[in-house]
Parts: sequence; C-alpha cells; structure tokens
Amino acid sequence: MSLSLPEVKQVAWLARIEITDAEASAAQGKLNDIFKLIEQMQSVDTEGVAPMAHGQDVVQRLREDRVTETDRHVLYQAIAPQVEDGLYLVPKVIE
Amino acid sequence: MFNSTLKQLSALLAQKKLSSAELTQSYLDRIAQRNPELNAFLTVDAEKSLAQARAADAQIAAGKAQPLTGIPVAHKDIFCAQGWLTTCGSKMLANFVSPYDAHVVEKLNAAGAVILGKTNMDEFAMGSSSETGFFGAVKNPWDPTRVAGGSSGGSAAAVAARIAPVAIGTDTGGSIRQPAALTGICGLKPTYGVVSRYGMIAFASSLDQGGPMAKSAEDLALMLNVMAGFDARDSTSLERPEEDYSRLLDVRLTGDRSKPLGGLRIGVPKEYFGAGLGADVGAAVEAALVQFEKLGAVRVSIALPNSGLSVPAYYVIAPAEASSNLSRFDGVRYGYRAAEYGDLTEMYRKTRAQGFGAEVKRRILIGTYVLSHGYYDAYYLKAQKIRRLIAQDFAQAFKQCDLILGPTTPGVAFGLGSMSSDPVQMYLLDIYTTAANLAGLPAMSIPCGFGEGGLPVGLQLAGDYFSEARMLQAAHQYQLATDWHLRQPAGME
Amino acid sequence: MDWETVIGLETHAQLSTRSKIFSGASTEFGAAPNVQACAVDVALPGVLPVLNKGAVERAVRFGLAVGADISRRSVFARKNYFYPDLPKGYQISQYELPVVQGGSLSMLVGDDEKTVRLTRAHLEEDAGKSLHEDFHGMSGIDLNRAGTPLLEIVTEPDMRSAEEAVAYAKALHSLVRWIGICDGNMQEGSFRCDANVSVRPKGVGVLGTRCEIKNLNSFRFLEEAINYEVRRQIELLEDGGKVVQETRLYDPDRKQTRSMRSKEDAHDYRYFPDPDLLPLLISEETVEQIRSELPELPAAKCERYMREFELSAYDAGVLTSSREVADYYEDLIGALGGAYKLGASWITGELFGALKRAGLEISQSPLGSRQLAGLLQQIQDKVISGKTAKDVFDAMWNGEGEAAAIIAAKGLKQISDAGELERVIDGVLAANQKSVEEYRAGKEKAFNALVGQAMKATRGKGNPSQINEILKKKLAG
Repeated sequence: MSLSLPEVKQVAWLARIEITDAEASAAQGKLNDIFKLIEQMQSVDTEGVAPMAHGQDVVQRLREDRVTETDRHVLYQAIAPQVEDGLYLVPKVIE
Repeated sequence: MFNSTLKQLSALLAQKKLSSAELTQSYLDRIAQRNPELNAFLTVDAEKSLAQARAADAQIAAGKAQPLTGIPVAHKDIFCAQGWLTTCGSKMLANFVSPYDAHVVEKLNAAGAVILGKTNMDEFAMGSSSETGFFGAVKNPWDPTRVAGGSSGGSAAAVAARIAPVAIGTDTGGSIRQPAALTGICGLKPTYGVVSRYGMIAFASSLDQGGPMAKSAEDLALMLNVMAGFDARDSTSLERPEEDYSRLLDVRLTGDRSKPLGGLRIGVPKEYFGAGLGADVGAAVEAALVQFEKLGAVRVSIALPNSGLSVPAYYVIAPAEASSNLSRFDGVRYGYRAAEYGDLTEMYRKTRAQGFGAEVKRRILIGTYVLSHGYYDAYYLKAQKIRRLIAQDFAQAFKQCDLILGPTTPGVAFGLGSMSSDPVQMYLLDIYTTAANLAGLPAMSIPCGFGEGGLPVGLQLAGDYFSEARMLQAAHQYQLATDWHLRQPAGME
Repeated sequence: MDWETVIGLETHAQLSTRSKIFSGASTEFGAAPNVQACAVDVALPGVLPVLNKGAVERAVRFGLAVGADISRRSVFARKNYFYPDLPKGYQISQYELPVVQGGSLSMLVGDDEKTVRLTRAHLEEDAGKSLHEDFHGMSGIDLNRAGTPLLEIVTEPDMRSAEEAVAYAKALHSLVRWIGICDGNMQEGSFRCDANVSVRPKGVGVLGTRCEIKNLNSFRFLEEAINYEVRRQIELLEDGGKVVQETRLYDPDRKQTRSMRSKEDAHDYRYFPDPDLLPLLISEETVEQIRSELPELPAAKCERYMREFELSAYDAGVLTSSREVADYYEDLIGALGGAYKLGASWITGELFGALKRAGLEISQSPLGSRQLAGLLQQIQDKVISGKTAKDVFDAMWNGEGEAAAIIAAKGLKQISDAGELERVIDGVLAANQKSVEEYRAGKEKAFNALVGQAMKATRGKGNPSQINEILKKKLAG
C-alpha cells in the first residue's frame, strides 16, 4: 500500500491542513516509509481475534442527570480569538 | 539539598529546618541559572509558586502537613493548570492560559505541593526526543548535544539536572519511561485508568496515562500516592480502593537479609534482547539482571511473540485517536488563529497548517488516512486485533513470572537532530515501551548503568495490572543495593 | 409515466433530560449565548465526556414503546467533520451498535392503518448554533445547544406519500411526548425531521436516487418539502435528467428545496469507537425496571377504551391522541365513577370545540377534568338536562364558577316533580287540542310539538324523559 500524491492532498483536506505541492510531495515519501512499517501488521493472522479498544475490560459508568455546571462563559471567552455579545465569531457560515 | 529525595525534603520541611518558600526560591534560582542551556522549563511563575509555597508553610505550621506539602513539582506542559500558560509544546496553544485544573493538578495542589513550573515536551506529546516542540529542543543534562528523550523530556531533564526535585509526565507509548532512561532518572507509567486523564491534553485517549518522574522509586511511590485515584469526570478512570503504593517498599520477601527479593520471578523476554539492541544497553541491563538475582530474584525466560508488532499497531492506533482528538484545535474558541484567511475553510486550513508542527501534522495525516472510508478495517481494526494479541502475550507471560525486565530503549541518548529526518527510525525507538500502553499495563524505567559516551541506561520493569506497588518494591530494593539512581551529570552540583 | 414516491424519515428527538448527554451543563432553552456551554461543551483541551443516565433510560423507554430490541451492549463512535458549531471537530454518536434496533410504529392514514418499520434509534449529541445575523460579515457561534441529548430515530423507506410521512411524524411526536422522553416543542427544535425522498417508476423494485432534506421542524414544512421534492425529482427524470444524491434544505418562504452548499464535498466521517467512552451495557434488570415504569401506550389504551368502555374507534383514537387528553379523560371518568360514553362525548364535543376556538391545548384548559366532572354529575343526577348543561359549560368556561353554583344561581335545576309536571302537561294538552288530535290520528310529529310546548312551559327546566313519559301516558289514556 502506498499513498499517491492526490491521496495525500485529499487526506490533508479532510484534516483541514493546508498543504502546498512541495509539502505534499515531501510528506508522501515519509508517509509511505511509515506505511511500510505499518504494513508489518499484515504478517499476522488475526482471524477471529476480537478488537481491543482499551487496556481494561470495563464498561461505561453513568452520570446522574443533574446540572452541576454554572455559567463560566466570561472566563472561557477571555481566551477566544474573537468574540462579540457572548458569541464566538467565525468567517461567515454558509449552509 | 538539590540531591535530596522527596522524602528527605519532606522531613526537612516538617522539622522546619527549611521552609517551602526557601526551598521553592532555591529551585527557582537554580532554574534561572541552568534552564537557558537545558530548555527544560517553558514557564516559571515565581509569584504563583511562592504563593503556594507560603500557603504550604502555613499548613506545616498548623501541623497539617502531608508527605508532599511544600514540595515543588515540575509539571509537563500538557497538564492544564488554572491561570498557567498550558501550551502542550505547540504554537497552537502558545497563548492558552488554562481556565481550569487537571484532576492530577487538583490533587497535587490539595496535597500542598507547589507548581514549580511547566516543562518542555514534544508538541502534543508526539515524539521521542523532545525536539518537535514549538519552543525548541530540550537538552540532555548529561550531554547538551544529545536529546533528553520524549515526549516528557523537559520533566526528565529538570529532575536529572536537579532543577526540580520531582516532576509529572505523561506516557502514551513510552513518553515517561524513555526520557527517564535517557536522562538517568526514574519514571512510572501506571496501569491505564489509575490516574485520571481529565485535564491532561489528549494525544491518544486509549493509551495516555499520567505518572511521576523522580530520582528514586521511593519518590515515585510517594508521588503516585497523590496522583492516583478515581475521578468521575473521566469515564476510563477506575473505581478502586485507595492504595498506598509505598507499602511494600521495605518489605522483604524472605528472612534472608541479603535476599530481599527472594523468589521474585523476573521474566526476561527473548524478543527484547535481539537485533536492534545496543551492546552497551544490553550489557548494563544484563548486569542489572545479575544484581536482581543476587537480591534473590529468579530469572525466567519468557516469550512475547507479538512484541515486534507493537510499534506498527501503535503507529496506527495513536495517530488515529490523535487525528480526532486534535480536531478541536480549529481557531474558533481558544488558541492560535491564522492572521489572514478568506472563508471559513481557509481559516481552518491555515490555522492548522501554521499552528501545528511537522510531526503533529504527519501523525494527523496518518490517523486521518487509516480511519478513512475503505481503510478502517485494514488498519485501525487490524491494529486493535493485534493489540489484543499483545495483551494476551503478557497474560501468558504473567502466568510464569511476577515482573518483566528488559531495556527501556535500544540505545542511549542520541545527538540532537540526528533522527529528525527519519521518522521511522525515531518510531522504532519505542520498540520496548509501546506494548505496555497497548495492553494498559504498568511499566517503569530506572537507571541501571552507563553506556556509550558515559550516558545513562535505563531498565524497564513491567508488571501485571495494578502491580505498581510490587514493581516499586523491586525497584526500591535494587536501588538500596546500587547507586545508579544517585549519579548525576557533571557540573550539576 | 406513473411514479411511486419512497420516503424514509430520520427524526431527532431532543431528550428531556435536565443536563446534557456528556456534561453537567443545563439543557434549558432560551439562555443567553454560551452561558450553558461548560468546559466539556466548549471542548477545552483535556476535558472528557461522561454519559448521562437519564439519556440512556429515555432511549430504552423509547425502544420498549416501539417493540424494538434493546442492545445489551452498545458503543459510542466519533463522527469526524469540521464545522464551527461542532466544538470537538467530531460528534459523539452511535454507529455500528446503536442502543435501539428495529421496532415499528402504527398509525391511521385516513381510514387505513399503516405500519412503519424502524431501523434503529441511537443516542447522540446535538451541535451548537450558527447565527447568521451580520457580525461585520462574520457568523456568531452559540454552543448552548451543543451536547444536548438527541435520540435519532430512523425508519425503513416505508412511506409512499407526504401524507403518510406526516402521519408517521405525528404519531412519533405523540409517542415521544406520551412516554415523557421529549417535550416535542417543534419551534424550539426539540423534534425535527430529515426526509430521505426518492421516486421510481411504479412497479420497479429498486429504489431511485434519494435526496435528504434536512431540519424540517414543522409538519407543514415536512409535507410541503416532500411534495416539492417529489415534483422536482419527477420533472427532472421526465426531462431526461438525473437525480443527484445530495443534502437539501427547505426554504419555507419560497416553498422550495435547495442544495446545501456546505455539505457539497463528499463526506468521509471517519467513524471510530470513541476511546474516551467505554461500551454501554444495559442489564436485563434495568430494562425490566424501565418496562415496569412505562405508561400504558396509546395503541393499547385505544384498544382498551373500545373494549372496556365501548367507545367508537374514532372517540377512542381522539382520546388517546396525546397523554394529556387521555389523562384528562381518565381523571374525568374516575371522578364520575363511570359515564364513559358521556365523558368521551363531552371531551370530543364541547371541550375540544371550546379549546379550538380559544386556540388552547388541553393542558391550558380553563376547565379542569374535576370541574367538568362536576357538570356531568349534574346530568347524571338529572338535575339538569344535557341541553341546559351546555349553557352551564359556557358559564364555567367564562369563569363563572362551579357547575352546582351556576345552576343554583341561575335557577336551572330541572323540574322532576311528577305532580308539578302533570299539572303543566294538563295545561299544555288543554291549550293544544289540535296537536292532540293530529297525534291521535297518527301524526308522530305532533308529539314532538307537545314536548316542545311542555319544555317551553317549564322554561326548559322540565325533565325531558319524564315529560315524554307523562305525555305518552296521558295521550294514551
């Protein structure tokens, strides 16, 4: 498996990371080296093996339905790039 | 004083031979003196630290001292601490002052510890050299032309250079143990779920675990006593009875005083001593094994047949989770936003292209790709199945032994910049450490000698789930019989 | 060519929990921007989700109400995409293993019963809101709604017309309110539908290419949007064009659907199990506990009303159209100790008429079930006639007091004294000899005229059945 240049660009697009042609070419080589390493996984037969998501076989704990949080928006918005009237501002959203 | 262990400092404070304010100021002075060369600390805030120190002194005066009261602790800059700049080593968070405390930070604060400062790291903990951060590389106190290891390299270098008595770090694939090994200190990654991840900026959620870094196993135990504990805000935090991790330190397994580890079965995986292991590291670890045998331990040969697959599986799972965890850094609510952009999509793309460094972007691309439509089964699911096989290997092994011993890293600290252009070589440095994260097992590194260039070598001890106290016992008994952990870099005293 | 429409609906029902699905922030509607967006909802670095028990219980309640399978183990997944109202850059949802699987919902479409099969229902979090008023050419983001628990209920493509889709949506809307999992407030967005619409030539088995119309928050919009979309697709196909699979929005002002620009690039959501959450296990005990707390469901209740109370299908259907109506009815007949049909006809007749004229819901009725019971008791006790009762009802509606007090104050008590009635009727017979003769000659109508005269003579207060009886006796005699 190796990534083509368009695939590298498509992945960067999905990840919303701007990438120049030169950067994409450089990334392509390194990514393909890494995927060679990753491909070693295919050497082992995992038929019938259950995937493991966590180190511990535990289940989800449930929180009681209670309101525990108070308004801290002033504190949180003090570190925001751009706010107005309590809203986070972003370039126009088009639906 | 700077060579004192946490326990010794705690005694000095309790006896009022030293105040926390004096102790903290001494360390701040030492940081001012040595940090410019090491780049171990990213942020110090004397005013905040001294305020905590004075509060600790008041607690001590009131007779309310706990073991960590008044002790300065260096925090890896991945832990959110209210009012502190918390950058995670990234331009993306270069201006992020955390509005809240991580659970670990809350616990340390409540225990009376002092935040000495925030330490340098690989950006978003992605790296094995502490070179990928936006704020420059951490230098190894043993040789400033070498790396300190990563990603918790700043915390490791700070303890090694004696500019912090103890530190906290995080370990996703070896990020506590590997820098501990390369700087000649001790570091422990607990069982997954023992330390809450709340407020620890996520790299790979199913692998991340916070832990202590210190000069001795005993100090690790005292730190872990405070760091561990259930937290309802982390779904993966485990509800367990409170545990004293120092309880076994001085317990001898036999009556024979020369054989405190009598009968302890130490598993030695043959896969950890094959090709790729540096001769210097191999020799130091072998010597340590002999020392453990002298202490009464029994060497058992074991197999971890899938250990070679841990790095490939890790480099699928960790980037996959990271690619998603790092999506929140979008320039909308906090952190960096590109200065110039046209529309919304361009704002995202420029913000993320400019805010993240090369290694982080590389891992986001890997993670995005392996989760993409059509590749999920071949990569992510496959890696999770291999993860199961690796955990099963350990389960088999622990039927034959109590602890597993091997090298922490294949070699000693390498030259700054020597691996930056070859990510695959860098990733392979994690060959002995990633398996414990995949399986969720506790593992630690302690110094066991010196290798090429007079640089420290670390040995790794791994145990079954929740066997931290037993691992610390073995490490402590080893440290009572040896002095590798007391060695310090030249010119540091 | 004859075309067949195929519709499947995905409905987002906002679950009526106090706090959010993964955080302890309030879900209350209408707060100032971002004051209900806590650290988890804002997705600060390092924060983590913890699942709300109330959301899980509501999902199970729904599953049981539609006869679905409750997954003993289900998994939360991340749906990854970038959008400013999605703070984490992913939505926590359920993908491969939803909490509810299968089930069905039946409803009347016109006079026919229709059953729509459900594919699944899964828990997920809502996004925030983008406000498009102009902030110097920018949009404002309010994250108060971010993290509000939703149950996404997905049907099979079982509906064949906008009418069926609306009937299904109304039945679902009624059910979620009935079982108390959603307030159903469509203006506030608590219940909104996405419609997957396609057309195919009649008789063709395979489905046509579908379009998804997003965020329809009224039954009228749902109907209009589907009808527009069906026409659009048919015209397109008849002109030799092709339907492109896409997401569309309905513009109620223009009564048109249009392509949604922001969704134009084919999404690759990169679903994977959320590593911050663990598998959700629902025990048999939990399911049984929730089942035991489940109210009698509308279909069962409707059937019982017909069987036990001998109500017509229509009345039983109307009385079980919402939990509030059924509760009102049951309170009413409970207070009367029976009178099932009388109670039913007064609710579906007078009460509904008055509510409709006033534009009120039954929960806002100025006349409570106990008050109406007080009025109907007077009919039962023959204190007033049904006809008089309507006047008393109007007085009660206008807030003039309880039934008994109004009857007393206005002197509406009916005359049931046989002696008095006989005297009145004797007078009527004497004054209306012509009608008496006509009646005796076989003209039935003349009898009604005599009843009318008797009622008039008692100023409407004579007991009608007694008047009937006495008249018949005297005319026969």
